[in-house]
Amino acid sequence: MSTEAAAAVSLAGVTKIFERGQTHALDEIDLEIAPGELVSLIGPSGCGKSTLLRLVADLVEPTAGTITVAGKSAHRARLDRDYAMVFQEAVLYDWRTVAKNIALPLELAGWSRGERQRRVGEMVELVELTGFEKHHPWQLSGGMQMRVAIARALSLDPKLLLMDEPFGALDEMTRERLNLELLQIWEQSGCTVLFVTHSITEAVFLSTRVVVMSPRPGRIAGIVEIDLPQPRTFDTREEPRFFELVTEVRELLRGHLAAHGAPEEELA
Amino acid sequence: MATVVKKVLIGVAVLAVLCGVFQGYRLLWMETGWTRPFVVDDITMPSLRTIVERLFEENQPGGPPLVRILLDNAWFTAREALAGFLLGALIGLAIGTILHLSRLLRRGFLPFVVASQTVPILAIAPMVVIWLGGKGLPVWVPVAVIAAYLTFFPVAINTLRGLDSAQPRALELMRSYAASPWETLWKVKLPASLPYVFSALKVAATASVVGAIIGELPSSIQDGLGGAILNFNQYYSIDPAALWATNIVAATLGIAFFLAVVLVEKLVVRAAPEHVA
Repeated sequence: MSTEAAAAVSLAGVTKIFERGQTHALDEIDLEIAPGELVSLIGPSGCGKSTLLRLVADLVEPTAGTITVAGKSAHRARLDRDYAMVFQEAVLYDWRTVAKNIALPLELAGWSRGERQRRVGEMVELVELTGFEKHHPWQLSGGMQMRVAIARALSLDPKLLLMDEPFGALDEMTRERLNLELLQIWEQSGCTVLFVTHSITEAVFLSTRVVVMSPRPGRIAGIVEIDLPQPRTFDTREEPRFFELVTEVRELLRGHLAAHGAPEEELA
Repeated sequence: MATVVKKVLIGVAVLAVLCGVFQGYRLLWMETGWTRPFVVDDITMPSLRTIVERLFEENQPGGPPLVRILLDNAWFTAREALAGFLLGALIGLAIGTILHLSRLLRRGFLPFVVASQTVPILAIAPMVVIWLGGKGLPVWVPVAVIAAYLTFFPVAINTLRGLDSAQPRALELMRSYAASPWETLWKVKLPASLPYVFSALKVAATASVVGAIIGELPSSIQDGLGGAILNFNQYYSIDPAALWATNIVAATLGIAFFLAVVLVEKLVVRAAPEHVA
């Protein structure tokens, strides 16, 4: 147990069965993530990668097994606001301006007005939205909305960032830019990131490790160490080693799809 | 600014068309002598001109013009309706919120909220007057309560619907930040409910005017539009234009209430344009 206390996230024998429909979402998952890692979860639909993230976030409860975040139970970690979550949709509140959306966690944590303003100013600068503080979400592009969501998530300086396909709805160019920005933020803050994605190249480009999952029930098919040099740049995607790692992840995914006879289109 | 001018112009145009239809129908039926669905003459459908002229005639020899009397009546009814509207809106918001928070109460209590509106207001009004009248309270209090009875229902139903309408992800986000139920209600559910609540308040605004007018009848209040309608109803066969004029003033009051809610909505609701009901 003493080694688990040092882990940023630790899952031991985690199983999740949804009562309705008797869906066996996750089966006996063991996973340990060290502080400062950026770990991606990848797999076809139905492999339970989003469920895994939501279990760590204490938004759903495991059927069996234990989950610890920074040495605490997931529940305690949520109440202590040890993590922040970013969803696939930006989930901004329409009736709040950009600044007020970013300030939401600070309000909930009881920060004073002055402290909030100062912090929101820093965050707006960090995600390069200076000048848009007074805009409302519907006046922003999808990429800008996601930047606001990331700024909101980072406003309380969380030790753990949980991201559920955050760039999945964005176009390729915006996605690649936000990937680089995320890496910069990750390097500066030193936080741990658990990142769910559908994209093999995104997973390889961002991560220190890629966890490949297989469906029905969700299991870990294999873990690929990404030994690409840090910091990653636009050129990283053109290195031969990048393609080797992409191939490795793809074959892990394909092997398990073939074994289960699932159609390959599931890997969008 | 241009859009405001445009809206006013469209409003005037629509009003002109409606007046034209009224006068045209009147003329056509009178010229042809058609008797269905009813015979049209100066009693059943006085011309708009007669009605407008009647507004500026003295009601009694040497007295003020009719419009002066009707505006005083409207002002009296407006205060009753406003008190009823505010009371009903508050009760509606409270009931909607309580039913949202408690599944048990929703199941047990909602049918009675619905049933309350199937009882005719005309049957309730005299009881309210008897219960609340002559207790040293101002005479308008029972009337305001009757208006509130019509107002609270749409507000309660739409508050419930609006509070339920918050997106699951938006609620999950609050949960991930360990927000209290109260904070979630105040910061997410309530703002999300406002477009629904304002739709209901618009319905309730006009209903409160109707409620106040109806409430005046069993209360024997002479100073409001209800009293005026009752009075001119008795003289309809000799002075139909007076009742028509009263109806126009009553309708204008209802529209004014409606527009007041629209104005407040514009100031309060900061939702995306397409979300504004």
